[in-house]
Amino acid sequence: MRKKLGNMNKRKIRDLIGTNLMLIGTLFASVLFFLIFILLFYRSALVLENTSIIDILFSSTWNPDNGQFGLAPIIIGTILVTGIALLIAIPISLLSAIYIAEYAPTKIRRMIRPFIDVLAGVPSVVYGLCAFLFLVPLVKDVIAPLFGVRTTGLCIFTAAVTLAVMVFPIIISLCVESFCAIPIALKEASLSVGATKWETVKKVVFRASSPSILAAILLGFGRAFGETIAINMVVGGIPVMPSSVFQPGETLASLIASKYGELMAIPLQESALMLVALILFVVVLLFNILGVFILRRAKKRWNY
Amino acid sequence: MNRRTLEETIFKLLMMISVCIVIGSLVIIFGLVIINGASSISIEMITQTPTPGNALGGGILNAIIGSLLLALPATGLACFIGIGIALYLQKEFTPVWFSNFIRFTLDVLWGVPSIVYGIFCLMIMIYLGMGSSLLVGIIALTLLEIPIITRYMDESIKLVPIGLKESSYSLGSTKFETAVRVVRKQAFPGILAGILLGLGRGIGDAASILFTAGFSNRIPGSLFDSTSALPTMIYNLYSLPSGQPKAYAAAFILLMIVLIISILSRILAKRFTKHVIR
Repeated sequence: MRKKLGNMNKRKIRDLIGTNLMLIGTLFASVLFFLIFILLFYRSALVLENTSIIDILFSSTWNPDNGQFGLAPIIIGTILVTGIALLIAIPISLLSAIYIAEYAPTKIRRMIRPFIDVLAGVPSVVYGLCAFLFLVPLVKDVIAPLFGVRTTGLCIFTAAVTLAVMVFPIIISLCVESFCAIPIALKEASLSVGATKWETVKKVVFRASSPSILAAILLGFGRAFGETIAINMVVGGIPVMPSSVFQPGETLASLIASKYGELMAIPLQESALMLVALILFVVVLLFNILGVFILRRAKKRWNY
Repeated sequence: MNRRTLEETIFKLLMMISVCIVIGSLVIIFGLVIINGASSISIEMITQTPTPGNALGGGILNAIIGSLLLALPATGLACFIGIGIALYLQKEFTPVWFSNFIRFTLDVLWGVPSIVYGIFCLMIMIYLGMGSSLLVGIIALTLLEIPIITRYMDESIKLVPIGLKESSYSLGSTKFETAVRVVRKQAFPGILAGILLGLGRGIGDAASILFTAGFSNRIPGSLFDSTSALPTMIYNLYSLPSGQPKAYAAAFILLMIVLIISILSRILAKRFTKHVIR
């Protein structure tokens, strides 16, 4: 009897220890979240003391030697690269996803999906290398002359196309999943009243899965917005206001990678880069909050 | 009627073109890496470290070993912490509002660019007075992988049938025993997929280890040595014409590792799904 009791106690103690260890791990995740935010804020305070946040965000000169940290050209560069990338990626990914989910024969669908998964797993540095080898000469010699522009190929447009390819697998796999989850009766109802397949897709499939499509696009945006290495390899890395998409530019994430190594000794520049990291973190946070709201509203509206 | 069928045909054509663009980009990436990689890869390339004093001579063994030494311990650590969090997010342990809050923070952390993790670890590193080293690189990768692995595990643990847990409780097992022995086993295919996905992300990420793991021509001898890895080596060498053979070889090996991880996760998922109780 006594032995049994001892055994029971041991199990209870193990339960207690295990549960608390798990609690510590869980708290670690949320502490990490706040710790990143607080540390970045704390380290960027130095540059914020010298210049106001408005000046930093809207001034267009990035000249660390004079203590000028205008982020406007870099923010514009980020918006251009991310925006063009999404403009290319969204229609192509959506059309591919519809083809894979609705039109393709089962055999082809089974063949394509592993390819998409592999594409999602390719490291960003490999994307960057391939863009540098293939896309840069292509833009320099073929695409830019088509528009009558001369460029080195290391420009915002190249970076945007590279990013678009990186975003394809994210949007496609999420959209295919949500298209396949739509009840077949919904599609059949539309087809049975004489709608063509495309009309069914347009009016039934798109509508029913619009929250998931939005979520997929937000996720793709997040990937594009924060991508560092691949962009750094092809964007040119010059923090001046770009006058066309075939000019070299710079994005927020890529700026950290290219500037951190060379000028770490200057505290003000280091602090400015911390501010850039803080901006990245805050934008990601805001878009996540937006995503939660969209999903919540969609759930209310669609009841699922 | 004619207009409608025309619309149908046009969009079908557009879809075909889109799929061709997507598959084409994949073919171009693999073609470029395999053609360039195969011509620059050799036995010396993968069995030698760079010749002393010349980073461009010799092979890339230091980067291969460095990548494995960074990614494998990081994945192990992230997996250990991740499984704890994921099991704890079940209803039995936490109130729903708290687990939803944790899920939200994990989603944000997943979306945080890896360069931010790099900067964050660099700050801590400088604060503690350390130099770039294997240890800091592992920590940066662990932080990067925790949200990915945890969310994957969490999604598969959510699907464990309540009846299975209840039958375990009714036999008198504690919450912890149920979580570790029953839930973990039932959710194993999803957990494994999460771990392999995290490993793939970790081994391919350059931005987080760029400043934290540093650069070295030798295989690291201890946790406090700085080390090269395959992604950072590609990033450092791609623009130098004389460094490109090494960058291609590194990209080739990296792509093969990622491919093997992807195939492995497919095979293992199929294998372990057999043991799951439906």
